[in-house]
Amino acid sequence: MKLPGWKELVETGPIIKEAGNATEYKTGDWRTFRPEIDYSKCTTCMFCWLFCPDSAVKFDGNKVYIDYDYCKGCGVCAAECPVKAITMKEEQK
Amino acid sequence: MKVKGRKIAIEGNEAAALALKQVNPDVVAAYPITPSTEVVQKFSEYVANGEVTTEFVPVESEHSAMSACIGASAAGARVATSTASQGLALMWEMLYIASSMRLPIVMTVANRALSAPINIHGDHSDAMGARDAGWIQIFSENVQEIYDNIFQAFRIAEHPDVRLPVMVGYDGFITSHSEEILELLEDEEVKRFIGEYKPKFSLLDINNPITMGPLALFDSYFEFKVAQAYAIENSLPIIKKVGKEFGDLTGRYYDVIEKYYTDDADYIVVAMSSTCGTARVVVDELREKGEKVGLLKIRVFRPFPLEDVVDALKNAKVVGVLDRSMVPGSFAGPLYHEITSGMYHLEKRPVFQPYVYGLGGRDITTEHIKGVFEELKEIEKAGKPKGLKYIGVRE
Repeated sequence: MKLPGWKELVETGPIIKEAGNATEYKTGDWRTFRPEIDYSKCTTCMFCWLFCPDSAVKFDGNKVYIDYDYCKGCGVCAAECPVKAITMKEEQK
Repeated sequence: MKVKGRKIAIEGNEAAALALKQVNPDVVAAYPITPSTEVVQKFSEYVANGEVTTEFVPVESEHSAMSACIGASAAGARVATSTASQGLALMWEMLYIASSMRLPIVMTVANRALSAPINIHGDHSDAMGARDAGWIQIFSENVQEIYDNIFQAFRIAEHPDVRLPVMVGYDGFITSHSEEILELLEDEEVKRFIGEYKPKFSLLDINNPITMGPLALFDSYFEFKVAQAYAIENSLPIIKKVGKEFGDLTGRYYDVIEKYYTDDADYIVVAMSSTCGTARVVVDELREKGEKVGLLKIRVFRPFPLEDVVDALKNAKVVGVLDRSMVPGSFAGPLYHEITSGMYHLEKRPVFQPYVYGLGGRDITTEHIKGVFEELKEIEKAGKPKGLKYIGVRE
């Protein structure tokens, strides 16, 4: 999502005119550490999916994966993983 | 076309209430406070008598008054309120919301001192406390100006390119309680002048649902603030245009400043609100004696009309800036800071002398202002200002 410059905001002020546009706001850029899943260890126990406070762990019916658009890198999944399949790696910017 | 209105004798507060009655806003949420009590009192009388169709919200505090005004304005209503002093201070956090949400609320403020010690009389402490809140601030010299400024305030506030709240200030007790002659506009003329209010955005517009005032963090807040600052700066030409249009209707023309014999003046006094009337008398008197003195009246303090002020003062030798509010811990009042820093870039600029006067309703007389002009001459000889001077304080 391209953030508007101030000139585009003079006309409206702080008003949102279209409904449901929060999905355009990718909160993933708040992250400093990213969780990475080692599938050789993962048992698909679903703990990470259950514990993720932002529902950023997704399940495709087969395996779990991280939705990096919204994962804020809190590290709860890595802490809760019973087999230590998730490691937190620093984001390279 | 020019109108010759009927004339009546009326107090400042009642003139404000009368103007609001003629505007007939959709919503008025207000809480009475000295010295603007009568505005709310009189207006609620109009409501009770069915002379207006306004929804009057009798709230339990000024904080709620401003909150209710914000809600009503966001819903798309034409809104007005009235307050003073501690009441304005209690509204403080809501003032910022009204202006940054771009809500055209009109508020009359009978400027009064802030506690402590508790005092009910006039100075500009309350307005200066709110000077960074993003409101347009207009000061009225006399009863006629209160009345006229209110109509212009609605036009300015609701202008599609402005959409900002406006404070119409006048000196508490000095102007609010003096009985003066007022030239009226007829209801029809008022209706024609202010027109119908069509809000650009409304929370009640179910066909175009909106969210107002959502969260904006470090990636967006700054841009919103710059846009807001641009809107208030941009209102200056619109304020001028509305003042001219009002003049075409009534013969009483208004500008953002008023230059009274400043064009060839060596010594100029800058003031706001009722003191300008007192200073005008002194200028007339000294001009008759052939002295080159003048008065610069600041009518619009926010947005600050810097270009006009610089242009009016740049050729003077010494300028005395009269502030009716105190900035404890600083070396001068807000008006002085504003003007001097705005003139700083000039190669040749006048010498400026700061004054603070009239706190808590302390009288300022023609003798005091004569004394100021005398002092300005001394300063010219000495070539440098004297530091902050208080007018009429016992040592």
